Amino acid sequence: MDIASYFNYWIVIVLMMLGFYIVIARGNLVKKLIGLNIFQTSVFILYISAGKVSDGAAPILTEGVSVYSNPLPHVLILTAIVVGIATTAVGLALVARIHEAYGTVEESQILEQDNAC
Amino acid sequence: MELLVDIALLSMLVATAVSLILVRGLVASIMLTSIYGLLSASFFVTMDAVDVAFTEAAVGAGVSPLLLLMTVALVGRVEQQPRKRHIAFPLLLVTVTGVLLIVGTLDMPPFGSADAPALQHVAPRYLQQSGEEIGIPNVVTSVLASYRAYDTLGEVLVIFTAGIAVILVLMLPGRRGSVPDDAGRQRPRNVVVNVVSKILIPFMLLFALYVQFHGEYGPGGGFQAGVIFASGIILYGLLYGLPSVCRVIPPPVVEALAALGVLLYALTGVLALLDGRPFLDYSVLATDPVTAQYLGITAIELGVGVTVASVIITIFYAFAAHLSEAQR
Repeated sequence: MDIASYFNYWIVIVLMMLGFYIVIARGNLVKKLIGLNIFQTSVFILYISAGKVSDGAAPILTEGVSVYSNPLPHVLILTAIVVGIATTAVGLALVARIHEAYGTVEESQILEQDNAC
Repeated sequence: MELLVDIALLSMLVATAVSLILVRGLVASIMLTSIYGLLSASFFVTMDAVDVAFTEAAVGAGVSPLLLLMTVALVGRVEQQPRKRHIAFPLLLVTVTGVLLIVGTLDMPPFGSADAPALQHVAPRYLQQSGEEIGIPNVVTSVLASYRAYDTLGEVLVIFTAGIAVILVLMLPGRRGSVPDDAGRQRPRNVVVNVVSKILIPFMLLFALYVQFHGEYGPGGGFQAGVIFASGIILYGLLYGLPSVCRVIPPPVVEALAALGVLLYALTGVLALLDGRPFLDYSVLATDPVTAQYLGITAIELGVGVTVASVIITIFYAFAAHLSEAQR
């Protein structure tokens, strides 16, 4: 088995787990969103890696080129990135409002205040 | 050589993600996020995904850290130390999940293989026939704006909805639509940053227009152009303050443009319905099918570009208005 043939996928999983760890182990809501960002980008890398063809060219039709990388994952991920920033913005807006309502963005303190009443 | 670059970039991505876990303090985390975005954009270039790289460079390294910074300015930059017992369980969970996923990858086709299932289904058809059917060299644009225009319409609607959601969540009671007036207390600006950015902004906007209208021939299109254009406007806003940028492009105009972009996209589809053809069938636009495709793609890419740029500028306005209100 060739290590290079799975290297990209393993890195994707490492990145995904690092992001996942930040999401579940950190209490700060902004940090959680950063973790989610890492997780999301790892999925992008997985898709783009799956679309790569060895010795392929970028999928822009050119004279004399016959092997191209798969354009379909590119389309999916290109739109996913912009959708991702728009939804992250909604998350950040909610964090800002949570801060106004609770005076903190630490999960434990928010839960304490919720349980107190 | 390509493999070496690949390994180097991916290792740097992992190093950045690890330092994100180790680092305390949100501002440092956000800088690392920006580096992470830039590295992944470079990685996408090595994977031949030039259109994706464009988008990731503008979003991952530019807009996303900026929104994070504005949020941190609202909520404070201090991050609390997690309690010890909170570390063991997450660590166990991610290790188990990670190992299971790695076992799963062994069933995947090797990286770069040309006979992987993902490359067998519709991709060869797009690559072989889009040149003839659509008549433009960039296959990504052909798929995005013609073969899969339904999906793209859905995604533009999601972006539009997210923009509305941000406005609603951050709405300041009683101050809707009014421009905050803090002209009297402008912070002193760094002259070098000011002058250099002032020179850069026109080129950024011009480049965005180039990316928009050259998207059929080279890497580019509405999504990329939208984010680049928005970055230019946001840079202006950062340098000269919210009141100045609101005079250049008033918030109500941006909000109307966001809706207009979606409308332009959807109406291009409705035009075909009126002629009794399927939704988003471009052949109604001209008698020659390739010219019709070209017109259709240009129209909906313009819709996408206008909506994406307006939504991101709107999100910036919403955060910036909130921030200047909080500082008062």
